[in-house]
Amino acid sequence: MKRTPFKKILVANRGEIAIRIIRACQELDIRTVSVYSEADADALHVRHADEAVLIGPPAPLESYLNIEKLLNAARETGAEAIHPGYGFLSENADFAEAVRTEGLTFIGPPVDAIRIMGDKAESKIRMKAAGVPTIPGAEGIETLAEFEKASDKIGYPVLVKAAAGGGGKGMRVVWEKSELPEGIESARREALNAFGDETLLVEKYLPSARHIEFQVFGDQHGHITHLFERECSVQRRHQKIIEETPSPLLNDELRQKMGAAAIAVAQAVNYYNAGTVEFIVDPETDEFYFLEMNTRLQVEHPVTEMVLGIDLVQWQIRVAAGEAFPYEAEDLNPRGHAIEARLYAEDPANSFLPSTGVILKFGEPGGPGIRVDSGIATGSEISHYYDPMLAKIIVHAEDRGTAIQRLQNALRNSIVHGVITNVDFLQAILGHDAFQAGTVTTRWVEEIFGEWKPSPNIPHEVLIAAALADLVQPAITIGGNASQVSSPDPFSPWKKASGFRLRRSK
Amino acid sequence: MNILLTNIDPNDPNIKKNAQHHRALAKELRQHIAEAEEGGGPKYRQRQEEQGKLFVRERIERLLDPRSPFLELSSLAAKKLYNGAAAGAGLVTGIGRVSGREVMIVANDATVKGGSYYPITVKKHLRAQQIAEENHLPCLYLVDSGGAFLPLQAEVFPDQNHFGRIFYNQARMSAKRIPQIAAVMGSCTAGGAYVPAMSDEAVIVKGTGTIFLGGPPLVKAATGEDVTAEELGGADVHTRLSGVTDHFAEDDDHAIQILRDIVETLPPAPQHDTHLSTLGLLPPEEPLYPPEEIYGILPTTFREAYDVREIIARLVDGSKFREFKARYGTTLITGFARVCGYPVGIIANNGILFGESALKGAHFVELCEQRGTPLIFLQNITGFMVGKEYEAGGIAKDGAKMVHAVANTSVPKLTVVIGGSFGAGNYAMSGRGYLPRFLWMWPNARISVMGGEQAANVLLTVKQDQLAREGAEPMTPKEAEAFKAPILEKYETEGNPYYSTARLWDDGVIDPIDTREVLGLALSVVLNAPVEKGGFGVFRM
Repeated sequence: MKRTPFKKILVANRGEIAIRIIRACQELDIRTVSVYSEADADALHVRHADEAVLIGPPAPLESYLNIEKLLNAARETGAEAIHPGYGFLSENADFAEAVRTEGLTFIGPPVDAIRIMGDKAESKIRMKAAGVPTIPGAEGIETLAEFEKASDKIGYPVLVKAAAGGGGKGMRVVWEKSELPEGIESARREALNAFGDETLLVEKYLPSARHIEFQVFGDQHGHITHLFERECSVQRRHQKIIEETPSPLLNDELRQKMGAAAIAVAQAVNYYNAGTVEFIVDPETDEFYFLEMNTRLQVEHPVTEMVLGIDLVQWQIRVAAGEAFPYEAEDLNPRGHAIEARLYAEDPANSFLPSTGVILKFGEPGGPGIRVDSGIATGSEISHYYDPMLAKIIVHAEDRGTAIQRLQNALRNSIVHGVITNVDFLQAILGHDAFQAGTVTTRWVEEIFGEWKPSPNIPHEVLIAAALADLVQPAITIGGNASQVSSPDPFSPWKKASGFRLRRSK
Repeated sequence: MNILLTNIDPNDPNIKKNAQHHRALAKELRQHIAEAEEGGGPKYRQRQEEQGKLFVRERIERLLDPRSPFLELSSLAAKKLYNGAAAGAGLVTGIGRVSGREVMIVANDATVKGGSYYPITVKKHLRAQQIAEENHLPCLYLVDSGGAFLPLQAEVFPDQNHFGRIFYNQARMSAKRIPQIAAVMGSCTAGGAYVPAMSDEAVIVKGTGTIFLGGPPLVKAATGEDVTAEELGGADVHTRLSGVTDHFAEDDDHAIQILRDIVETLPPAPQHDTHLSTLGLLPPEEPLYPPEEIYGILPTTFREAYDVREIIARLVDGSKFREFKARYGTTLITGFARVCGYPVGIIANNGILFGESALKGAHFVELCEQRGTPLIFLQNITGFMVGKEYEAGGIAKDGAKMVHAVANTSVPKLTVVIGGSFGAGNYAMSGRGYLPRFLWMWPNARISVMGGEQAANVLLTVKQDQLAREGAEPMTPKEAEAFKAPILEKYETEGNPYYSTARLWDDGVIDPIDTREVLGLALSVVLNAPVEKGGFGVFRM
């Protein structure tokens, strides 16, 4: 039986996720429309789609974030549905609403769910009401006595921080009651300096927290389930680097509790389609707290797909078309272990600044249990306009140890020339004892790798390869000025490293 | 394009016999080359080493880009001449790649009579310069020579194409923006001093490089002054005081590095119209059949016939050949192909030349002229057809048309003598006199005014006629054989490719299986050279 939920879908995104969605559409026999900015005219996602529409200049606000242009593109091409991917407009309630108002299908959750979860304070109140644990805290308090009372209730250590805060400014960790006055005073001073507002709040401080999220999935017939967890504790400045499932921390009991909480979160906003409920977990106490819900497909969704054998993107499309989601967590048996590493064009030696340029050579690793979701090819240009993620390398193996080895080898066999990547950084993390033991927390990368720099020594293999390349291609690498390299005689036998001599023939 | 099919069965006993014969010839060639590459032999090489100098071939190897090709010219020059004392004529010449640029290298071999110039040395030097000039190749001179070989000064010094021509060429090429660069890596005396002096830029090596018009003995004789070579004309003097050279090198390696740096910073060759710019290039394709099979295809004697297309099939890209006028004048094969990606027109003998074959050849040369396609001549020609019928048919004027076309075409010509090169066939097939940009011989080739057998028979007939006029008895078959023997021997000796290459009638003897690669390298060289203006004169109709 052939299922064709839609005839044509517009993918309102770019890069690897656009290609991921296009592939799912192709498998479902759905025609696809890519949109692209002027910077992406030659991008891979444009080539993969059946049709492509130019939607504006490179700046995202004028293209990928421009609702009107996206709707125009959908109208022009006769697309019936829009998949937003992740990032860009994927969690923009106005966009979801506009799409639906247009009479098109938005492949995602209800507008209200997006709106509520997009508001941090509102969502926290809702979750509390639904009985989902949130980080204990108190706000709207001023006097030392009020702070003491609140902190006693929360339990030390606590974090005193600016209500208007962000970026670590105006924040103090207070380990015991006696430190509270000094903590409040210095946090206030800093808050005033930084934000011109000395209002403080207090909340529980978790010295070692783990980031564990649950995939949830629901249909429009009221069925919602979780699809197990992903642990994303390996983060650098809130940017996830490595994600895996199952979490090395969770036992079945805690998994069940958190799964139930995740479903409760989703139910509280009448959720359907794919979503992710993020928790932080205190590994000392096994207490977990709701952090936020991402009302979209996650970057790291492939690890869930690998262990469950379920194509989340296909199901997003199918439930958006009204199909029932047939799976239930209790009936599913996740198989083996999956890990994803994000390969970025960024320079670890230079504050992880994005590295832009043309990809001179891109080679994906392959083999059993290796999946690469990438949006680039040899010749692609990495510009400063968009996220510098090049590819996601996902591995699946029977257990965590084997999966780590597989990922290490896959990264060794990934080729990216032309831009600097974080591949050495990824390897340093994967090879670290703490990661191998599965005990890392969300602050671990900053603590252990804060000062980390890639080795300045060029590996011998690279030098040998360069020397061999010199031999094979003397014209390119040896001497010569640029005009000789771009010779009008491209196949000249003089450029071959033939070592030709008249006496040598046999 | 049509792919040439082969009818060669490598297991055919005849083919095997041929292969054995020609493999032996190739082996002999390699031995001759290996011998010549020894230069003056171990004793002189050791002496040179003791002076801190590199052997000429080592200098060249270090000068070239790593693993890049080197197309040596006439490595067997002066073979068996001068009592066999001048291996390679004491000079190594060839085209190589230095700092990414093709250059002509002219390097003295001081292990051979101190690198002095024999008559053939001069000829070899001038030939290298001629190739450089025709193809706009920068010249690098690695100088290590005592100058003219005095006992033979009359054959070295006075004439138009003698020693002085070297410096004339340097001046003329310099004016044509063809860089002239010298490294003085040994003595550079008298006339030799002009090589660096006439160069655009010159390097000199400390301790071993010297330049002077008169050496210490001559100075002593003339003025009584006692002076060392280094004081008289060493690196320090010439880079600091005289300005005869520009760069001071600590040793040979340093000098080589300076040469490489100079080439690296040369501006690209001036933009000319080249044939390359108008020819469509394609990536090279190997022939479908192994070149080694050429050994088995070539018969052991010129009396046996074979189809030259079998050779073409082993030289051209993908064995693809678009034959022109296949049904007409069938003793001459003409057609278009590619060699190492370069389009070429091929003219190959497939028997004796008739009037039709010559007309076809002339027509084909005109096609190549019009299209700017370089020509490759595969020469295996015993001559034009003779006889009353053919003379009456005007074979002389038909042959003349082809000779006229070949002489006047402006497209580059490359000639390979793959068999016989006899009589007027040599002219029609772009022999040395027709200035092909390069001319090579296979080890089985023979070159003379006519074949030895024909010559002996002609002379025998003349002799028999004479005897008849004198009323004497004609020679018995045995006497006739004895009469012919010395003639045959003379032709065999003088027609031999080693006799030819020793005298620089060619640019070298090459192994048949190297032919494709040699042609590819040469095509790159000639196609990057400026296009010359062509134009034909009067074709006798």
